[in-house]
Amino acid sequence: MTAQTGTKLEADVVVMGGGPAGCWAALAAAEQGARVIVVEKGYVGTSGATAAGNTTIIDAAPGSVAQSEAVKRRRARGAGLVEEDVVTRVLDETYRQLGRLADWGYGFPTSDTGLLFRGSMRGVDYLYFMRRKLLKAGVTILDHAPADTLLAHEGVAAGVSGRWRASGERWTVHAGAVVIASGGCAFLSGALGTNNLTGDGYLMAAELGARLSGMDFTGQYGIAPKGSSVTKGIVYFWATLFDVDGNRIEETGDRQEIVARHLLRGSVRAVLDKAPERLREGMRHGQPNIFLPFDRQGIDPFTQPFEVTLLYEGTVRGVGGILIGQDGATDLPGLYAAGDAAAREPMSGATSGGGGPNASWALATGVWAGGAAARFAGSLGPLAVRRPARAATGITGTTVAHADARAELADIIRAVQGEVLPLDRSFYRSGDRLAVSAQRLDTLWQAVRRFDVRLPGQEKSYEAAAMTATARWIVASAQARPESRGIHRREDAASTGEAPRRIHSGGVGRVWSRWSHAADHSTPESLAAE
Amino acid sequence: MIELLSPTRCIACNLCVKACPDHVFEAVENDIPVIARKEDCQTCFLCELYCPVDALYVSPLRDRDEIVSEEELAARGLLGSFRQRMGWDRSRPKGTHKDTSYRMFEDDKVKP
Repeated sequence: MTAQTGTKLEADVVVMGGGPAGCWAALAAAEQGARVIVVEKGYVGTSGATAAGNTTIIDAAPGSVAQSEAVKRRRARGAGLVEEDVVTRVLDETYRQLGRLADWGYGFPTSDTGLLFRGSMRGVDYLYFMRRKLLKAGVTILDHAPADTLLAHEGVAAGVSGRWRASGERWTVHAGAVVIASGGCAFLSGALGTNNLTGDGYLMAAELGARLSGMDFTGQYGIAPKGSSVTKGIVYFWATLFDVDGNRIEETGDRQEIVARHLLRGSVRAVLDKAPERLREGMRHGQPNIFLPFDRQGIDPFTQPFEVTLLYEGTVRGVGGILIGQDGATDLPGLYAAGDAAAREPMSGATSGGGGPNASWALATGVWAGGAAARFAGSLGPLAVRRPARAATGITGTTVAHADARAELADIIRAVQGEVLPLDRSFYRSGDRLAVSAQRLDTLWQAVRRFDVRLPGQEKSYEAAAMTATARWIVASAQARPESRGIHRREDAASTGEAPRRIHSGGVGRVWSRWSHAADHSTPESLAAE
Repeated sequence: MIELLSPTRCIACNLCVKACPDHVFEAVENDIPVIARKEDCQTCFLCELYCPVDALYVSPLRDRDEIVSEEELAARGLLGSFRQRMGWDRSRPKGTHKDTSYRMFEDDKVKP
């Protein structure tokens, strides 16, 4: 690629993404004295799945009964892939940082029993607080600055570049270390707060040869009132469901699975009639966004059944991401990952972590990755930012103008969605369908790599490429696991007693996937060097 | 999707331009901002919180247009309704301590 023009900045640590993981990473790095820049596709405070929703977080003191029960619950749900020591470390770190949040003046509510309740935060309030904390700590924030290129020098990550959304001009940050906290990928499914979550960080890391993991555990959807974005699954704990014929659904078990089964037969309606009055009031005051689809359409969800649907949540609530070691180190020196951008089998196993474990994971891995990145940058010394770093990634096949690039890209995105979003693609999988998807996605990859994010009308081409690549890793990983386990549901293969192992994947031109041993996740070089 | 940027209420502070995570609004020199990329709206409702004068309305329908009238929305109490419930005031969160989400965890049905 040619030399970068436009805004040029230097930092010890650059963090890609300003959700919870990115904010905690930036803060941890700044607290170690590093000069930190956060680059965010949207706005730090409103961007990402946490901002638009509420975030349940596990608040359990180290060594407490509550903590050991939380660890046991993770193990029980994880289908053999949860690593208890990692869960314990995550919960310890979460507890410590929640205490600091309270000390800094975050206004946690007091429950009716008079105790401070720290187990749930409104995402937008939490991130508003974190943004202010970062600014006070001297962190520079670049909003509306989507990244699309990693810089490297002699195989070591050395910065990030991207464009300003408003002007289309380029910006470049030369840095001693890079933290990818760009979130997961939900393929523009419409699930709450996921529009910016298109897997961009995965593609940048994979282009540099970093491995991914857990892309098989991606059969994750959220329940939402039909036509709305509000995937707040928690309220359906208190729902009665009705099938297409209006009969009450009596089945018990996983709510998403019940809804999926019945959606495939027609439609599903829900009414939140099992919520007692005290809880109804609690939901209204606690999480007002639950009620926006209802209040604004004149529906009383506690007495009037409403149609529900499932929106794909991919790796946002699923498991897959960039393979990391204990400190968030990836396969590439100087490159770290945290939160949903990182593979989460140690925390959530083969199932969705859901809100609580994912929020705790984001916080803890953010703190660790930010701290490790600051130490790495420090070890390079002040001249690190002067390394002759080059754009090591960036999908630029041929930089030709397309007659109607916008429409072509929209078609590609729709086609990729067609291989991922339908229930018979990701909720229920089969070898035959996966083989067809793999072939179609290979073709789509050839199509999408002909665009260049720097050209007018092609601004969304990096997102399109990242979604295409992520779909390919998902399909390749699903093909590599001929068994059902957790949220990887194969119609043509039952659960097995096989020893639990992870599936790694990667590659960009040629996609690969392969089995790994469960304990084989902590192999990135920079971890071994710690 | 975003359906209303009220020209009568808007004070051209451009906070929505800044705070929208999807770059939906565009600032206009010496004028109020415009909804420039409605199709990019992710229906997260967060612009309503940042708007200090309740000039914005996001329809809960995420994938189709809804025709709205400012008068009717105001009459139904929907302009600023989300902001009030959340306890935001002049673009700042003021209600975190009043969050009653803990009631969801009281009957032990839901375990984080």
